[in-house]
Amino acid sequence: MLTKLHGKRGLQNILGLGFGIVFGFLLQKGGVTDYDVIVKQLLLVDFTVVKIMLTAVATGMIGVHALKSMGKVRLQPKAGSVGMNVIGGLVFGVAFATLGYCPGTAFGAVGQGYLDALLGGVVGMLLGSGLFAAVYPGMNKTILNKGFFGDVTFPDLLKMNCWVVVGIFVVVLSGILVLLEVSGL
Amino acid sequence: MLEWLKIDIWSPYVVGVGIGVLSWFSFLLSDSPLSCSTGISQTSGMVEKVLRGKEAVSQKEYYKKFPAVVDWKWMLLLGVCIGAAISSYLSGSFNLRWVSPLWASAFGSAPLPRLITALIGGILMGFGSRWANGCTSGHGISGTMQLSVASWLSVVFFFVGGITCAMFIYHVVA
Repeated sequence: MLTKLHGKRGLQNILGLGFGIVFGFLLQKGGVTDYDVIVKQLLLVDFTVVKIMLTAVATGMIGVHALKSMGKVRLQPKAGSVGMNVIGGLVFGVAFATLGYCPGTAFGAVGQGYLDALLGGVVGMLLGSGLFAAVYPGMNKTILNKGFFGDVTFPDLLKMNCWVVVGIFVVVLSGILVLLEVSGL
Repeated sequence: MLEWLKIDIWSPYVVGVGIGVLSWFSFLLSDSPLSCSTGISQTSGMVEKVLRGKEAVSQKEYYKKFPAVVDWKWMLLLGVCIGAAISSYLSGSFNLRWVSPLWASAFGSAPLPRLITALIGGILMGFGSRWANGCTSGHGISGTMQLSVASWLSVVFFFVGGITCAMFIYHVVA
């Protein structure tokens, strides 16, 4: 691991900015910083969002597990619970359709001049995040820990070698992408 | 090369591979997955610090766990905005717009209804992305590629909620 590099805070901030610029550039080139592309995905008439996500996940999965096997990176899967990921996920979903952007694509949309993303989306997200921080102590004691299952991964859960699981996921994800193309979506 | 950068839309597969490869380097060089909603929470905390004083914010349980500071994640979010601006400027698609064609076809082109809807959606998004402890980037791309159960569960319910709500907005309300 490049521990020395990871510890250089100033340099890391510059790297963060660089990663963000490339990420935002790619999101905009992919068309997903547009309300219509995201909402049409949720209406199941345009599959650009799913195509980008599944391709990124399959590509990323192979690389990060290879780097992990070489001892170059540490994975950091998040801990989860039913209250957090199912209920919170549904709230996120409702927001996704109402706003028509997710957090990253909303900031990308601001960059390409979309005023609904700036004055509605970003302002709203700042208010919503602040509100969550205010009610967090109460929620942390109750719903966020309902059905807690920790930071498990599929290889842990299935008790399988991570490369077998990566192989299965890459085949399934690629299969979905081929099906989408074949069916003309 | 420059001509390619000026193209309006790239193939989703090229973009997907690009984001996947980008995440290899973010783990390798920065020990961090790509994620966006943390940066929003940090910004919100920083704004609150200006309004209510540093102490009041730093004392909050949430900001003790996720400090409201400028770091890699905050800079990433700033970069996303800049990167999209560069891309749209190069392709000539940058434009100041209130209402998209799809929205206009169902609800008209007046800015106010869209602004109010986006504001409600934004508040829910700020709240929901912190509730789920991640967003389409942190769970949907970075978490799923690590084979995290929490992230796969999240992204499935992002789409269950999103598809249901979008169908309601465009097939029932409109």
